[in-house]
Amino acid sequence: MSGFAQNTFNGLVSGAFYALLALGLAVIFGMLRVVNFAHGAFYMLGAFGAYVLLSEAGVPFWAALVIMPVGLGLLGMALERAVIHRLTKLDPLYNFLLTFGLTLILQDLVKLRYGVQSSPYETPSLLSGSVDFGLFDFPTYRVFILGFAVLLCVAVWWVLTRTRIGMVVRAATERPDLTRAFGIDVGRWVTPVFGFGIGLAGLAGVLAAPMRAVNPLMGADLIIVVFAVVVIGGLGSIFGSVAAGFGIGLVQAWGEAYLSNFPLVSQTIVFVVMAGVLLWRPAGLFGREEAPA
Amino acid sequence: MRRTMGVAAASAVVVLAAGCGGGGPQSSGDQKLTGDKIVLGVLNDQSGAYSELSGKNSVAAVEMAIADFTAKYGDKAVTKDITVETADHQNKPDVANSKAQEMYDRKGVDLILDVPTSSAALKVADVAKEKKKLYFNIGAATTDLTGKSCNKYTFHYAYDTYMLANGTGKTTTEQIGKNWYILYPNYAFGQDMEKSFSTAITAAGGTVVGKDGAPFPNTSGDFSTFLLKAPNLNPKPDVLGTMQAGAELVNVVKQYNEFKLRDKGVGLAVGLMFLTDIHSLTPAALAGTTYTDAWYWNFDAKNREFADRFQQKAGTRPTFAHAANYSAALQYLEAVQAAGTDDADAVVKGLEGKTVEDVFLRNGKIRAEDHRVVHDAYLAQVKPQSEVTEPWDYVKVLKTIPAAEAFRAPSADCKL
Repeated sequence: MSGFAQNTFNGLVSGAFYALLALGLAVIFGMLRVVNFAHGAFYMLGAFGAYVLLSEAGVPFWAALVIMPVGLGLLGMALERAVIHRLTKLDPLYNFLLTFGLTLILQDLVKLRYGVQSSPYETPSLLSGSVDFGLFDFPTYRVFILGFAVLLCVAVWWVLTRTRIGMVVRAATERPDLTRAFGIDVGRWVTPVFGFGIGLAGLAGVLAAPMRAVNPLMGADLIIVVFAVVVIGGLGSIFGSVAAGFGIGLVQAWGEAYLSNFPLVSQTIVFVVMAGVLLWRPAGLFGREEAPA
Repeated sequence: MRRTMGVAAASAVVVLAAGCGGGGPQSSGDQKLTGDKIVLGVLNDQSGAYSELSGKNSVAAVEMAIADFTAKYGDKAVTKDITVETADHQNKPDVANSKAQEMYDRKGVDLILDVPTSSAALKVADVAKEKKKLYFNIGAATTDLTGKSCNKYTFHYAYDTYMLANGTGKTTTEQIGKNWYILYPNYAFGQDMEKSFSTAITAAGGTVVGKDGAPFPNTSGDFSTFLLKAPNLNPKPDVLGTMQAGAELVNVVKQYNEFKLRDKGVGLAVGLMFLTDIHSLTPAALAGTTYTDAWYWNFDAKNREFADRFQQKAGTRPTFAHAANYSAALQYLEAVQAAGTDDADAVVKGLEGKTVEDVFLRNGKIRAEDHRVVHDAYLAQVKPQSEVTEPWDYVKVLKTIPAAEAFRAPSADCKL
């Protein structure tokens, strides 16, 4: 029983990363109709930035947790203004070329300066112990990640559903033309929303630094699963991406724990689930079929 | 008599003409070196996961060997024209295959060095066999290089899975704990390592109480399922043996510490680890971990002298792969010097059965049976942070594993 609880907890922690990354992808896709393949690179920059801040300027984890998302969010906004916004009128293929190209450039810039070797990053001392849950004890840092991610997802949900800004963003996401007809300046919100999505990726990166290998390719490995998560949740669906993020984390953890005699199954289970969902609901679990024009 | 003299004189003229002609076809009789020069080819990973532990710094090590050789022989050297060609094989067997062909055929390379990643290493062995050109593998671990894939032109220089498993598995079982849980990446290298370790552990009187193949590559970066399982096995394992390499090893060790397995009585042994891995994980994260090292830079004064010169050139301390590249290039040049030619068959003949002693090879011998280069290996343990007094000096050598015990006996699968 305690084994099951531990595996479930771990699944949720992995899921928290998926959810944060998928959430950013979902708001960006909703608002801009751009699939951001560079998302993994920004996750990597978040983790790497935290490492550089600590090792070269002595900036602690807690400060990095604020500095990196804000800094990367601003960088994202600048990128949106400089290049991304040009994609809206072009064939979706250009979207892939540009954002994937950005990924390669960002990865190689980091490689050029810091090499491919993983860089060390210590767990902040405040979170380095473990918490006793009766049945089992669990690293404090993981408990923190899970709590933090859930809190963040709830906050985003609250902003989107309970505030005027959220209402505008949702309206602009779902029916941009109609929203414009009501006299709302949709374009004004595009850049901040892109920056926000990138900021989330950077935040996930900072959170990952103490528990994952920090190297230029860390985002490239993770982003494949995150895209599966987004597709399962429904492209552009905010609730769907979060739910699917945690769900896939659980499926992976349970798969590794209980199907370990079938390594091929536990390795591919995410994509099996994705294929199943697409057959059953082509728009994803929480996606809406595009209304015919 | 007169007649034979005339023939001899005529031949001499022909030979001289050919020698001075330059552009003419070169006869093998008087031509000691192809193209009058020696070209060493370093084929390895220059941008990916293994580029720190070998990569460009292996090239630097080979350049050091050339400089030392030239300084030693001066005007008596077989040639002063020794150059290095390098290529990035990206750890891909097909790229390694085409780059190796290009090196031998078009770049005039006499010897290919390094080649990490077992699958790529085996491809290059096939090319060496086909082209009848020399190949010293340093970076790869598979025992197939001296087993079923061995050939006359391939030598396996630094280490292999048997050496790692035998050193770490046997000694750790005898000295640290008998019950093992083995975690390995589920592909050729990991499966090979798991088998070698299980054999060595059982032979030393230990038991493998559990083993799991983790997904490879592990896209989630999470190993917690396995790490949580370990302390709850019955009987409880004394040692977690991880066969992961590079960034995956970093993930395993970070999470091993997160779940405080050492405090729960489960020690850590690592299948394959390089100095650069310890550097990126920090010795604090690995303190007490045992592993087998083929060479350690601060083992004795001789190694340290080499490491100091290497640091001047490359800006960092050498891994065992760097030292082995230096040694391999040097021993090849010595063999060419001794043979007076770079003809591959003649050089192989000189190398086979030779005993060698240099900064990397201690009690070294180049086995004629399977071209395994045997030498002393070392059981190493990562120091606690408090004992680390200078950068990169992260381990202490617990014991020297004599050359005769460090490697397996020649395999019956190998027919040269």
